[in-house]
Amino acid sequence: MRRSVRIGCGAGFSSDRVEPAVDLAQRGALDYLVFECLGERTMAFAHRDRMLDGSKGYNPHTAQRMRAVLAACRKNGTVVITNMGAANPLAAAQLTVGIARELGLAGLKVACVEGDDVTRQINAGTALHDRDGTVRDIGLPVVGANAYLGAEALLPALKAGADVIIAGRIADPSLFVAPLAFRFGWGLDDWQLLGRGTAVGHLLECGMQVTGGYFADPGFKDVPGLVDCGFPIAEVGFDGGFTVTKLPEVGGCVTTATVKEQLLYEVHDPATYLTPDVTADFSRVAIEQLEPDRVHVHGADGRPRPDKLKVTIGFDGGFLAEGGISYAGPNAQARARLAGEIVWQRLSRNNALLADLRIDMIGVNSLHGTAHTPPTDSEDVRLRVAMRSRRREDIDTMLWEVEALLCCGPAGGGGYRGTISPSVVTHSALVARDQVRPTLRMFTA
Amino acid sequence: MSERLKVHDIAHARAGDKGDVSSISVWAYDPKDYPLLKNQLTAERLKAAYPKLLRGSVTRYELDHLHGLNFVLRDALEGGVNTSLNLDSHGKSFSYLILGLEIEAADADPVVPDAAESGTTDGG
Repeated sequence: MRRSVRIGCGAGFSSDRVEPAVDLAQRGALDYLVFECLGERTMAFAHRDRMLDGSKGYNPHTAQRMRAVLAACRKNGTVVITNMGAANPLAAAQLTVGIARELGLAGLKVACVEGDDVTRQINAGTALHDRDGTVRDIGLPVVGANAYLGAEALLPALKAGADVIIAGRIADPSLFVAPLAFRFGWGLDDWQLLGRGTAVGHLLECGMQVTGGYFADPGFKDVPGLVDCGFPIAEVGFDGGFTVTKLPEVGGCVTTATVKEQLLYEVHDPATYLTPDVTADFSRVAIEQLEPDRVHVHGADGRPRPDKLKVTIGFDGGFLAEGGISYAGPNAQARARLAGEIVWQRLSRNNALLADLRIDMIGVNSLHGTAHTPPTDSEDVRLRVAMRSRRREDIDTMLWEVEALLCCGPAGGGGYRGTISPSVVTHSALVARDQVRPTLRMFTA
Repeated sequence: MSERLKVHDIAHARAGDKGDVSSISVWAYDPKDYPLLKNQLTAERLKAAYPKLLRGSVTRYELDHLHGLNFVLRDALEGGVNTSLNLDSHGKSFSYLILGLEIEAADADPVVPDAAESGTTDGG
């Protein structure tokens, strides 16, 4: 049994930066480097990608990340753990094996953990958990469904000596709990230790959100070297107490304030944070600055895990389109407002077009407009028209009308842009644990 | 005559989302300002400040020993990322809705809240 484990986070979301992960791989002296790259919606988009091309559906940056860190991780004995497999862990594992061979890393062991995809168990009558009704009531095609697997699903790969573990929908903190439980020999029913490991995972899983990212507010909360902000490292003791830190040479900061903000990020009741592993309790956590960029965290607790596993079901939501045109200088707000009224009236001649339409003025009321609109004398205003629809022709009509403002709207409008993105809708359901069977496949480069 | 402050002058905050639920934690920079936050930044106050946005319940969790409050705002994301057409469909910027509220500096309750207990209050 080890007395301490050094674990780093090399990505906190799908599009996270790669350079700081390379720093950690090369100089972090890490036992484990975790890449957490999945959200509910990223998984739904991954299912869409796989439907369009059966060889895709994993994180689109998988190859870049693996090429950037594999050699250093192998040299330093750092095991890589990631959910970059998304909707296609097998393809991501095979891709990784190929990259390892290209890099001359013969013998590298790559584990592929699957079993989270429960799409075949979902039908029209499946009851939803986050709202009343069933899958049928959503009225949209299902693109895929995944159960949140816990640390348990990763243990066989760790025991098999994998150098890289690629999975799909593992609960974010469980990516960290698994190696801690493995190295320290924690029981999967030792709720207090699992609660503490979950605190480690929760604080690290969003990457630099705990080292100064998503934090700076100039003049109030200044972050040194945000340009080169580093990803976090946790030094975890066998009793689950840990210190959050970063490499000394990189930018960012680890303070009680950065740790506090992340402690409750996306947490509702601090005493009841549900994961597949445990009901974690962060309500009595102590946070202490030991020295600059080193914050000690202890006192997390846990109660028995939830009986059932959460499932996220992704639906095809059609298209999301946004069209914009800008107005500046004297009376810009009045001209932008008039432009918005004109678009609305032109589209209102076909009522279907107004079903899911929103018109904002960026610079005046776009983000907080529903809550309140404080007066502003801004003379640089962008009209934004947004629409969601499954009918591509409606989307095209809306964008056309916004572009038409260039000649058929108020004076001085410029800078039209229009974008169309795929749209997904997600809902959750619950599934019995015995209905989900994690599997392991091992590959050698 | 009491001094009026913005919450932003004495506290920092971060917003997260799950479905149509926004959660926003608010932390006093200086522990001595925490009673001010706790007394005035109530769930009721928040709901009353932004009634069009905060259509559902507002629950406040208190972490006295860390000088922080956690607000859970249900039905607060205009339908959530699934249906909201807000440019910021996750409500990431909503932390600054709370930081933009004003509080009365002279209203500070000199009594330090019970450090051992973390409580909960609801704003309906």
